[in-house]
Amino acid sequence: MIALALQTLLLLGLSPLVTGAIRLGKARLQNRRGPPLWQPYADLAKFLRKDMVVSEHASWIFSVAPYIVFVTALLAGLMVPMVSVAAPLSLFGGALALVGLLALGRFFLALGGLDPASAFGGMGSSREMTIAAIAEPAMMLAIFTVALAAGSTDLTRIVQTTLEPAWGLANPMHVLAFAALFIVLLAETGRIPIDNPATHLELTMIHEAMLLEYSGRQLALMEWGASIKQLVLMTLLVNIFFPAGIATEITPTALGAGLLAYAAKLLLLSTAIVLVETTNAKLRLFRVPDLLSIAFAVALLALFSTFLFP
Amino acid sequence: MDALGALLLAAGLSGYVVAAAAGLLTARRGAIAVTLSFGLGAMAAASVGAAAMVSLLTHSAGNDATLQLLPTMIPSLRFSIRLDPLGAFFAVIVSLVALALSIYSVGYARHYVGRKNVGILGAFFNLLLLATTLVFLADNVFFFLLAWEIMALSAYCLVSFEHEVDEARSAGVLYFVMSHIGTGCLILGFFLLSQAAGAYNFASFHALGEKMAAGPRNAAFLLFLAGFGIKAGIVPVHVWLPAAHPVAPSNVSALMSGVLIKTGIYGLARVLFDFMGTPPNWWGVTVLALGTVSAVLGVLYALMEHDLKRLLAYHSVENIGIILMGLGASLMFLHTGHKALAALALAAGLYHTINHAVFKALLFLGAGAVLQSTGTRNMEEMGGLIRRLPRTAFFFLVGAVAISALPPLNGFVSEWLTYQALLRGFDATPSLFRLMFPLAGAMLALTGALAAACFVKAFGITFLAQPRSEAAARAHEVGPAMLIGQGILAGACVLLGLFPVAFLTLLDPVIAQLAGHPLAAELSLAGGLVLSSGAAGPGTVSTLGILMTGVALLSLPLAWRLVHARREQTRTGPTWDCGLAGLTPRMEYTATGFSKPIRMIFKALFRPHREVQREYDFSPYFAKTLRFESHTEEIFQTRIYRPLHGFVLRFSRRLRALQAGSLQAYLMYVFAMLLGLLLFAL
Repeated sequence: MIALALQTLLLLGLSPLVTGAIRLGKARLQNRRGPPLWQPYADLAKFLRKDMVVSEHASWIFSVAPYIVFVTALLAGLMVPMVSVAAPLSLFGGALALVGLLALGRFFLALGGLDPASAFGGMGSSREMTIAAIAEPAMMLAIFTVALAAGSTDLTRIVQTTLEPAWGLANPMHVLAFAALFIVLLAETGRIPIDNPATHLELTMIHEAMLLEYSGRQLALMEWGASIKQLVLMTLLVNIFFPAGIATEITPTALGAGLLAYAAKLLLLSTAIVLVETTNAKLRLFRVPDLLSIAFAVALLALFSTFLFP
Repeated sequence: MDALGALLLAAGLSGYVVAAAAGLLTARRGAIAVTLSFGLGAMAAASVGAAAMVSLLTHSAGNDATLQLLPTMIPSLRFSIRLDPLGAFFAVIVSLVALALSIYSVGYARHYVGRKNVGILGAFFNLLLLATTLVFLADNVFFFLLAWEIMALSAYCLVSFEHEVDEARSAGVLYFVMSHIGTGCLILGFFLLSQAAGAYNFASFHALGEKMAAGPRNAAFLLFLAGFGIKAGIVPVHVWLPAAHPVAPSNVSALMSGVLIKTGIYGLARVLFDFMGTPPNWWGVTVLALGTVSAVLGVLYALMEHDLKRLLAYHSVENIGIILMGLGASLMFLHTGHKALAALALAAGLYHTINHAVFKALLFLGAGAVLQSTGTRNMEEMGGLIRRLPRTAFFFLVGAVAISALPPLNGFVSEWLTYQALLRGFDATPSLFRLMFPLAGAMLALTGALAAACFVKAFGITFLAQPRSEAAARAHEVGPAMLIGQGILAGACVLLGLFPVAFLTLLDPVIAQLAGHPLAAELSLAGGLVLSSGAAGPGTVSTLGILMTGVALLSLPLAWRLVHARREQTRTGPTWDCGLAGLTPRMEYTATGFSKPIRMIFKALFRPHREVQREYDFSPYFAKTLRFESHTEEIFQTRIYRPLHGFVLRFSRRLRALQAGSLQAYLMYVFAMLLGLLLFAL
């Protein structure tokens, strides 16, 4: 119960920071000063206090969607080991439930985009669902590959397996599955080269297009939900493939060291995202499937490599 | 089975007959015929369902209840039924769905009163329910085939019920032809089996495959796969399904998509698991591969549809594919002797069977309500219906979330079990065929994500945003009977999703019968609140736990809302329209537009054609008129069935020369045939 409350607080508290860090890092690499690190917190606080304007065409789906997006992201986060190897909701679901919960959030996000009768929202929904559909096989294949090695889809068990010293970092299966999941991470969190989180050009937006009609509290929940989802997927990546430093026992020192290691790993992954976003241009929508099929092929190679290097 | 069960069963079966007769007798008085035949049908369904449930709950191995329905003069034909776990399980499915459908039909069939003969509709509907129930319970080859044919013929009559529509007539004929090709395969298959067994009752076929030679055994497998595959709608013999299901009245569509195609699954489970003994590897490989292809192609074609009922029909192809993935994996495990895994994969397949029956029937009922209140199946003419039909919209949303395999509803649980079975299959299979499992898992992920995309489209375009036509703007909510029918099925979706362990306990006798390994105890954790995927603890999930934690977490934003609500003002404003003078429905995203990215990505499959014609007055930037046409190609129709159809027509035209109408020529044929036979006998 305490673990659950602590991890919820960590997800809520840390996710805007990661978003802010990536934004700041991008700005610095582009020779801009950029917004301060805590700008996302200020934004959320502002949205939460503002009144809302709701479209006259919108139904109750529009108002319910932000809550579902927010709660499913949190639930997914509670199934991932963050600081300690034991995830609080490990018993209620593993990797498959995590994928399912994120898909549930996406389902309502896309419905919320269609609801206000705007063409932009419809376009965003259509593209979001398409990209998710073609990212899903690569994601599942990569998850399957690591789950096979651990003999379980339970994320705690998977991290425990990758913690073992026999699990070499330079294992080709390891590297390839990481590469596949990294591409999927870019797609799922709406990063360049798939989507541009900073764009306000309607015709190229995907995630932002679905949020166009949201305001106030509902917008805050949507933005916060997106940040949490990003943190969850990043945590998944760093803790499955680089579990070093994660707390294996519940003592204050172990947890403290785990928190430090976790922060350091997140910083490294954020830097990688910043580098990718700064050095690449956004792809045309119909080039995105090529990138995601590369992810699928890489995940397939990861699977095959379990034969070659058992 | 005790006397009470037998009584309930007999009452239910004769109840269907009475309901059908009542429909015919009162056909002149439309409204009475509707109430009487569907009302009695609902009672009969409840009765059969209760009997099947009792037999499933009180079943003890090797002690199947048998019942002689009618005396018979014909040798080998026995009207005998046997309530073994497998049959009882499918009888539960048909009865549950039939109960909801009959209640719904009491309201739905009213709109035919005065236009069509509703007595006929009620009579054939109940006849179809009776025949389908008997297919699941028959214990004799001839009785089974008889019930199978009555089922096919009454379904044909129902598909062509609106026979004044061209589409319904041609779909009916296609269904009739395909169905009979299937029956032909089944007759040959059963011929091979009864030859080996020397008897005609199903009880004597148990594990018969062990005694058969490899040749007839494999031939029987292929015949049954084709025969039951046509009924189930497996790619590439699915073509009749998206044609026939949409044109039938919606209560019949729901029955056909929800239950009728499951007779194919029942047949495959019965023959492959009960009769055929330990299967060779390639059977499982074939079934798994066919399932995977059906799942992916079914959902891809569904995405291209903007006819709501055709879209749902293609999703049946997809879900049959998912069921077959479970069955195929189970066959592969039986081959390698992993009984626990075979039991898990089979449970996944059968779980998905009841799930699909429930949510597909629910979705078709929703589509029927929309069709009745708007008069169209074309999604491009709908929109905004969530305000006009709020309850129907809610039930349709439940079905959409369930079929998209999203937690916490039932579709998620059965697909979770399928994933777990596939995952564990990798280590259990020694040969290179093990690679099929992760690949099938990846394709299942693709299918699930595409299904979610398709139902965002189906729900979003139909129910959300502004109405796209006058009819949609004036639509009104359907009556209480139709809502109760939908509500029962929506409730079943929720219960099957939240309490999987309870359902698997109910299913356990079936699993023990077919895979030889009871499963429920292994899969239950924490007193049945958590579902595990096996004794080794490879994965756990609890939809109930997820839901309750979710509700607890929801208190965070809701608490903030309460705190803040006093100071807050929510205004209603127009949607951002880029400074135009307001949005019109024509500016909304369409169903065709929604699926365009998928159409472009998979254009090798869809071969989209598009034609744009513009007329200008003075400048190419300001078109006066614009004509846009876009359609995709169904390669199975254009590449396989159309050439085949042409060939059959040409061939029969040639043969017509034989039928000259001259008696002498016919006598000569008879003589030549006789001579030939005599020579053959020598």
